[in-house]
Amino acid sequence: MAPGFPVTRHSVVQSLGSREPNVRRAAFDALATAYWKPVFKYLRLKWSAPPEAAADLTQGFFLKAYEKSYFAGFDPAKAKFRTYLRTCLDRFVGNARQESRRLKRGGDVEFVPFDFAAAELELQRQHVGNAAREFDAFFHREWLRSLFAVAIDRLRTACEAAGRTARFAIFERYDLADDDSTRPTYSELARELAMSVTDVTNELAAARRDFRRVVLTVLREQCATDEEFEQEARELGTIP
Amino acid sequence: MISEHALDRLHGLLGRPDLSGTRYELISLLGRGGMAVVYLARDAILDREVALKVLDWTADDWSAARLAQEARILASLEHPGIVPVHDFGQLADGRTFYAMKRVRGERLDRWAAGRDLHERLSAFLRVCDAVAFAHAHGVVHRDLKPANVMVGEFGEVLVLDWGIARIRGQAEAGGVVAGTPDYMAPEQARGDRSVDERADVFALGTLLGGLGDRRKALLAITSKATSAAAADRYASVSDLGADVSRFMAGLAVDALHEGIADRVLRGIRRHRVAIALVLTYLLMRLLLLTVFHI
Repeated sequence: MAPGFPVTRHSVVQSLGSREPNVRRAAFDALATAYWKPVFKYLRLKWSAPPEAAADLTQGFFLKAYEKSYFAGFDPAKAKFRTYLRTCLDRFVGNARQESRRLKRGGDVEFVPFDFAAAELELQRQHVGNAAREFDAFFHREWLRSLFAVAIDRLRTACEAAGRTARFAIFERYDLADDDSTRPTYSELARELAMSVTDVTNELAAARRDFRRVVLTVLREQCATDEEFEQEARELGTIP
Repeated sequence: MISEHALDRLHGLLGRPDLSGTRYELISLLGRGGMAVVYLARDAILDREVALKVLDWTADDWSAARLAQEARILASLEHPGIVPVHDFGQLADGRTFYAMKRVRGERLDRWAAGRDLHERLSAFLRVCDAVAFAHAHGVVHRDLKPANVMVGEFGEVLVLDWGIARIRGQAEAGGVVAGTPDYMAPEQARGDRSVDERADVFALGTLLGGLGDRRKALLAITSKATSAAAADRYASVSDLGADVSRFMAGLAVDALHEGIADRVLRGIRRHRVAIALVLTYLLMRLLLLTVFHI
């Protein structure tokens, strides 16, 4: 293992096969949180599913994957987990369409809430155009967006718990700005938060370090093996 | 929702270093190691190219501390065979970096291909000089290998990548194995805390094995330098270099107990020009005596 990688890990993917129902369930919730939005948008675009059908298929997919232990057959030596999940998804939708009947909802299992309306709104705003035709790249980008969203939530929680709300505020205003025109300057942030420009840049640097650390943790959770994690991390660090 | 711009910006935090606010402009990627990435950059103030070693985005605090230590070690070792550091600091994205001389040239093994033995051994001696200098300052490199030695366009030799170097007397956890297996001394491969200068002697011996030929004395030097027990190796890199110098001068080497035949052969090889001249003279005399009777 490369020396740069953290040693303490907990893999959600590995926990999917746990014999402890609570562990397995928690792992599935974490997985659904990370993947439901990429799955929903992928179904809308690749399978041209209308919003309601895509929502049904998303829920159906996670439900069936949980009940039938879809992911138990995952072999990390053959593919990345993300690729395997998408293969399962394509197979699931193909079968569902062949059966030509509406998927049964529910049962007793309820996952983390999926806000399909919000996801649909995001999709409309995204102007995916031709890029959406490259489904691999699209799914990867949506997965990345979801990964970062989870990491940002955790970073916010950690900053609040540590009494570093200014640090997160600077990161949010500067790095999460929708576009460069709405991005404040360091001086504007310093005035707004009543601190020096040096403090702003120091806090921003620290927030970015924390962000990278949290992204690594979340990424590790979503990988089955050290090798997959290292490969994903390397690929994430290679900007096209 | 994370906008497209923000997504690209966040993704950028994981890859290319943010050089805003620094004197450097990114040119290209030069190489990637375990904990850091080396970029070619331009120093806009001095208008020259430099190499920037930047912490990889996956690196942890331990790696950040190692990179800082590497920069300090390099700064403390002012020697023509050791790459000089120009700058050290933190980028706007929070990553530690240092700037060093941009080294132009070839790695040692590629440079050595097609060169004669004397050239190869001369380069090896310059590596020994640099490493001996570091040892004299209490620094053990621990990762000497052809990829970490560059030979410049004027034959200058530079020892690179001091990322896992150890400072004498500095506490370090046992059981930590770092280095390159083919060049690692047994005690280093075991993760012993007792690793000292003789681990570098071992790596240099392996390096010499790749540069030398099959001559008995050279093989003996290589064998002594790469002895499994540290106590059986040369006590210092200077001793190793001195033995290689003796070999180059045609003298007896410490690593080989010569028999009479070895000594005679070495004497002939060492004085081959003088011997050839004397033999030619004697042949001429014989010719004059037998043919012209003078």
